[in-house]
Amino acid sequence: MSKIHVTTTLNGDQVEYLCEPQETLLDVLRNQLDLTGSKEGCGSGDCGACSVTLNGRLVCSCLVLAAEAEGNEIDTIEGMADGEQLHPLQQKFLDHAALQCGVCTPGFLVAAKALLAKNPNPTEVEVRYWLAGNLCRCTGYDKIINAVMDAAAEMRGA
Amino acid sequence: MALDTEKRDFKIVGTRAPRPDGIDKVTGRAQFGADKSAPGMLVGQILRSPHAHARIKSIDTSAAEALSGVKSVITSADFDKASNSFNQDALDNCMAREKALYHGHAVAAVAAISPSVAKQALKLIKVDYEVLPHVIEVEDAIKPDAPIVQECRQAADTPAGLSQNITHQMSFGHGDLDAGFAKADLVIERSFKTAATHQGYIEPHACLATMGSDGKADLWCCTQGQYYVRELCADFLGMETSQLRVTASEIGGGFGGKTTVFIEPVALALSRKAGKPVKLVMTRDEVFKATGPTISTFSDVKIGMTKDGRITAAHAMLRYQGGAFPCGTIEFGLMSAFAAYDLEAVTAEGFNVMTNRPRQAAYRAPGAPVAIYPVESVVDELCQQLDLDPLDVRLKNAASKGTKSSYGPTFDDIGLVATLEAAKAHPHYSAPLGPNQGRGLSCGFWFNFGGNTSVSLNLNADGTVGIVEGNPDIGGSRASISQMAAEELGIPYDNIRTTIADTSSLGFNDVTDGSRVTFAVGLATIKAARDAIQKMCKRVAKLWDIDEDAVVWEDGYAKPAGPNAGDFEPMSIAEIAAMANSTGGPIAGHHEVNADGAGVSFGVHLVDLEIDPETGHTTILRYTVFQDAGKAVNPDYVEGQMQGGAVQGIGWALNEEYIYGDDGLLQNPGFLDYRIPVASDLPPIEAVILEIPNPGHPYGVRGVGETSIVPPLAALSNGVSRAIGHRMYQLPMSPPKILKTIKG
Amino acid sequence: MRYAAPTSVSEATRLLTDEPGLSKILAGGTDILVQLKAGLAEPDLLVDIKHIDGIYDIIPENGGYRIGAAVPGAALGEHAGVKALWPGVVEALELIGSTQVQGRATMAGNLCNASPAADSIPAMVAASAVARVNGPEGERDCPVQDIPLSPGRNSLAKGEFITSILLPARPAHASDAYLRFIPRTEMDIAVVSAGVSLALDDSGVCTEARVAIGAVAATVLLVDAAADCLIGTKLDEAALDAMGQACSAAATPISDKRGTVEFRKDVVAVLAKRAAKIAHTRAGEQS
Repeated sequence: MSKIHVTTTLNGDQVEYLCEPQETLLDVLRNQLDLTGSKEGCGSGDCGACSVTLNGRLVCSCLVLAAEAEGNEIDTIEGMADGEQLHPLQQKFLDHAALQCGVCTPGFLVAAKALLAKNPNPTEVEVRYWLAGNLCRCTGYDKIINAVMDAAAEMRGA
Repeated sequence: MALDTEKRDFKIVGTRAPRPDGIDKVTGRAQFGADKSAPGMLVGQILRSPHAHARIKSIDTSAAEALSGVKSVITSADFDKASNSFNQDALDNCMAREKALYHGHAVAAVAAISPSVAKQALKLIKVDYEVLPHVIEVEDAIKPDAPIVQECRQAADTPAGLSQNITHQMSFGHGDLDAGFAKADLVIERSFKTAATHQGYIEPHACLATMGSDGKADLWCCTQGQYYVRELCADFLGMETSQLRVTASEIGGGFGGKTTVFIEPVALALSRKAGKPVKLVMTRDEVFKATGPTISTFSDVKIGMTKDGRITAAHAMLRYQGGAFPCGTIEFGLMSAFAAYDLEAVTAEGFNVMTNRPRQAAYRAPGAPVAIYPVESVVDELCQQLDLDPLDVRLKNAASKGTKSSYGPTFDDIGLVATLEAAKAHPHYSAPLGPNQGRGLSCGFWFNFGGNTSVSLNLNADGTVGIVEGNPDIGGSRASISQMAAEELGIPYDNIRTTIADTSSLGFNDVTDGSRVTFAVGLATIKAARDAIQKMCKRVAKLWDIDEDAVVWEDGYAKPAGPNAGDFEPMSIAEIAAMANSTGGPIAGHHEVNADGAGVSFGVHLVDLEIDPETGHTTILRYTVFQDAGKAVNPDYVEGQMQGGAVQGIGWALNEEYIYGDDGLLQNPGFLDYRIPVASDLPPIEAVILEIPNPGHPYGVRGVGETSIVPPLAALSNGVSRAIGHRMYQLPMSPPKILKTIKG
Repeated sequence: MRYAAPTSVSEATRLLTDEPGLSKILAGGTDILVQLKAGLAEPDLLVDIKHIDGIYDIIPENGGYRIGAAVPGAALGEHAGVKALWPGVVEALELIGSTQVQGRATMAGNLCNASPAADSIPAMVAASAVARVNGPEGERDCPVQDIPLSPGRNSLAKGEFITSILLPARPAHASDAYLRFIPRTEMDIAVVSAGVSLALDDSGVCTEARVAIGAVAATVLLVDAAADCLIGTKLDEAALDAMGQACSAAATPISDKRGTVEFRKDVVAVLAKRAAKIAHTRAGEQS
């Protein structure tokens, strides 16, 4: 069985790797590229802990084959901060104590960023429905929603 | 260690200090169980029983061992006999010995150079099973002719006519039940059923084990208790404790489910045999099938009440199943069932029965939610029938200081009445309700624990402080511990760094459970800080050539006091630490203790909900949590525990359950059909913190992590019952069950 | 397993036809990857169709829209034209899974996966959607309701795959709606579902109707008897009740971990009525 050679853009950088046909993008991110920020919570697209964006669209990286990244743009949690400067969402999550164990946090941040890119002024209900694919077992979601709404307001310059 | 007698104005305790691991967690840098790798690492995978109950006649691993790329294969034969029967159960659960006791029970494992080779190797292992009859439900397991799950484990005093699967039997209470029921104007007796649920942590179990040919080993794993993992693994592998170093990773949720071992001994055994590091990560399917869900229950509760709302007698018969091994959780259930009430006549009795299901592990107040659910439901039904306000009835019967509890001890200061009064005064309680809407409430309770704790507090030359403690942070405890130390030392919060040590770096610590960390580690930290302060003052006294008693510590400085007041310039921690080497050496404070004095935490939850009468769908409209924290060291984290526990309880009440087929196989081992609440299912959850200080902690801290999962079960059941006008007696209250009850 | 990413329909057809073993199509991947991981599917060849020219296009055609097989639900939801013409189909697509799943899942994939509870199928069947199938014999059109045969099996022959789906034009005063019942608010597989499409005349009388119910049989059921209850009426309560009862009668559900026979029969009527009312309101707003 021979591996597939993939060239892709990852957090703005060109990256190449070899992968087996059945390996997922999540497998390669974590096991080959040392980007362990995306987590495997279920492997079946039910928890959102592996969320990344593919050409700007929010997806579960456990449901994308590593081979499918060819020629596309992938953005992960590791690309969210700008050097030392946290993204407003990241800062608001800290300010609002929107994380307890933190394992679901990368997925939520990537998902929330994709939401605000599409809809900078969501209602609370819209935020809850957009994030329904991201499971959190620690927080009950309350502080997460507050953080996203607050970040949205700040990013709008409100 | 008692509550400080001097009242103090806290400067840092009680504030919402930022968490020290925050940046790591929002950037994805934090390392959880599956995030570590080692050079030459192999991948471990486990072969699991496809049957609910089967004798293992033989296992032939030769074809798997011969497969290119496979470096080791193990079975139960690769482990020592454990040192006691409780440990043996834990080991047999990690790797089946004579029988596969549940669907998914581990029977063998391999370590290979890649996941695809490991997967292939598992397929080559030949297991000869003799399938046996299985038993799944409590009601079936207690029948005298039920299949016996394990021979010779039954309780000695199992009544005649009940099965050999019964393992624990006990009773708590006091007073004369018959006399009590005779005084009641109304007696209600009901039966209730609850299904097994899972803690549902988003991070599956994961570990990286490295064992050298010198018999020393390193284990990295996500766990709530690295010391306990060390104890068990050393036992199972025949190692001395000191040969094994266990390091706890950041943990992606535990809630009690990561307080024991499942894959760690397996990874170590594979590593030992292969001579290479082995990484073993559970899939979500494996987590549901083969870690530790809760008990499921079948219970009867009988309560008598006068027409003005006084409970005169209460009886509970609780029957729990905790999986295929003897399980003692029934004890907590029986002790907690009536804990909220001041009762003259009360008995809680019951037992545990074995079934062909995975071995139960703790889940946030283990045993209590499903014991308090039937009690609070019957109290609510009595209130409905007697047309009494449910909060007033709780207040009328509430336990308070001096009450002899239903489980024995007499309560000191407790916060139940305060939480009930706060609920009554809150606008939620008087908000109007519309058609198809109902309001439910319930009390909740957890004992909280102290336990074995070690803390070291080290002064750095620049005056910053490093605290070393041994309890994985599952709720923000590092921040709270740093806050308490900063408060004691009088230095900025940012000057303190709290780290969680591996087992080689610190004395023993009990597992992070029982809501013990803020209480016990906090208490030990305070003591360690005071120890360090005493040592610093001693150094300074020597320097100033005055009595030790004449040096006091104030706002981060050693100051001369008494007859020497004003004689010397105060010295800061930084100044004292800078001189440490020349005044006697490094300065550190320590405290090692088996802490007691933990304070119980009571709570009350209010929920408003609406039921779609044509479909049975539940929408939660409003949810408020009231809980006594004793002293909220960090209100953000206390609120987080209250909200998180409430939502787990909501899931338990509405949709979460283990579903088995007639074949004894688990049908829903995934997040698709094991339905935990999602963000759109919930409204905002308001958290109201009460503070009735715990007399057993210097600042009055009570554990808060567990109580909050207790009230939602009955609060939701009571709300649904009132909304639809029919009582519900079973959890989860999924829509088909609600619709069926509506239709009558 | 081998992976191939052809760039033309003919190349894809050739790969599929020539494969001696089992081949499967990869579009959005949200079903096949789950099946691969669980060992429920073990194809020898996985053909990724997303590099084929035009496979992402949404093109107006004769008053309707031809939607390329790789178009994910989220993209369909962003297309103002399709949303206006077939809001029920779009809302069905946007209920599949989560936001993340909708970023990948496709109508064609949902259709060919043939789950009895698939969300897009009742809506597409009610819409009289037509699948364009390409294969070794060339191109053919097939009504979507003829694609699913039984749970997990579709009617496509070896070498065939869907390249696009046509949502047809609508007369004036026409619209559709899709509803499903799930225990939570998102994420669940439909326990029972209904897609209703109807058209009204100028006086508000229903002239055309199609009622498709899902998760209550091995495949989606198009219930002519239910449609007949609506045609010629203004969707008064009696007509809606009769339609609901016709749906209950036609349903042949099973009891499983998601719902009971009793529950599904009861609730399919409720959902069909509610979906009809929504379609009715939408149709009234359409000129």
